[in-house]
Amino acid sequence: MKNTTNTALPGPAVAPPGDLAIWFFILAELLAFGVFFAAYAFGRANNVELFNEMQQTLDRQAGAFNTVLLITGSWCVARAVEAVERSRSATGARWLAAGILCGGGFLVVKGFEYAAKFGAGINLSTNTFYMFYLSLTFFHFMHVILGMVILVALWWKTRQGAYGPGNMNGIESGAAYWHMVDLVWIVLFPLVYVMR
Amino acid sequence: MMNTRQLNFVWVVLMLATLATYAIGEVGEQLGIVGPLAMAALLVISFVKGRLVALDFMGLRGVKFFWRGLLIGWLLLVSALIAIAYWIALR
Repeated sequence: MKNTTNTALPGPAVAPPGDLAIWFFILAELLAFGVFFAAYAFGRANNVELFNEMQQTLDRQAGAFNTVLLITGSWCVARAVEAVERSRSATGARWLAAGILCGGGFLVVKGFEYAAKFGAGINLSTNTFYMFYLSLTFFHFMHVILGMVILVALWWKTRQGAYGPGNMNGIESGAAYWHMVDLVWIVLFPLVYVMR
Repeated sequence: MMNTRQLNFVWVVLMLATLATYAIGEVGEQLGIVGPLAMAALLVISFVKGRLVALDFMGLRGVKFFWRGLLIGWLLLVSALIAIAYWIALR
């Protein structure tokens, strides 16, 4: 993902791939998730026994599988950007479709997890752990949905050959957002599902 | 800057790292990876993973340090806060 305006310059590119605006948006999102993670960690410090006990009721296998899906989805989108940069729009569109499938898989797995918890009568007021678990993962869930909307738009435009070398801004911006959704889950999974 | 082999390699490393995180949760106790050791191992693994996503998938590897620094700095800050909170919980 080369910055197209700086390809002739030696040394590092001045700006990250994609639109600068998306990077400010990503930083704002990371800040929000960072605050959420810290709140969870310090909330746990005041209720260690409760958090350790309740963590055992989570489906760690589903969490790990969802990590695989998000990372694989991220890889698919990176491969899509690379293909488009080599003027291979059709290949790029296929990689984007694979990324969308991974995101959809994540939503389905998470949906089953939520259904199991709600079916067991668990809700936001069950206890502090579940208040954090449900709000934190749902906040992330919404970001996966937004990321998928962006990917569908990118897929549609890539199929039409809208992007290519010299016109990477749109696809690089959307891809960066999708990678952010993956990046956040990479911290969330060990913190909420494993660390005790 | 971005090439197929590098992206595939990063994906394999990320998969192995995810397996390691899952294994700490499943068989950490049998292996003696518990408590602060497990916490440290999990944070190191997630830092390595997050760094690869930022550098290779997001494409920041060849970009000015400022941008890499912001994302890696976020990872370090979040990891530090989690470690501090974990340490407080031990007391």
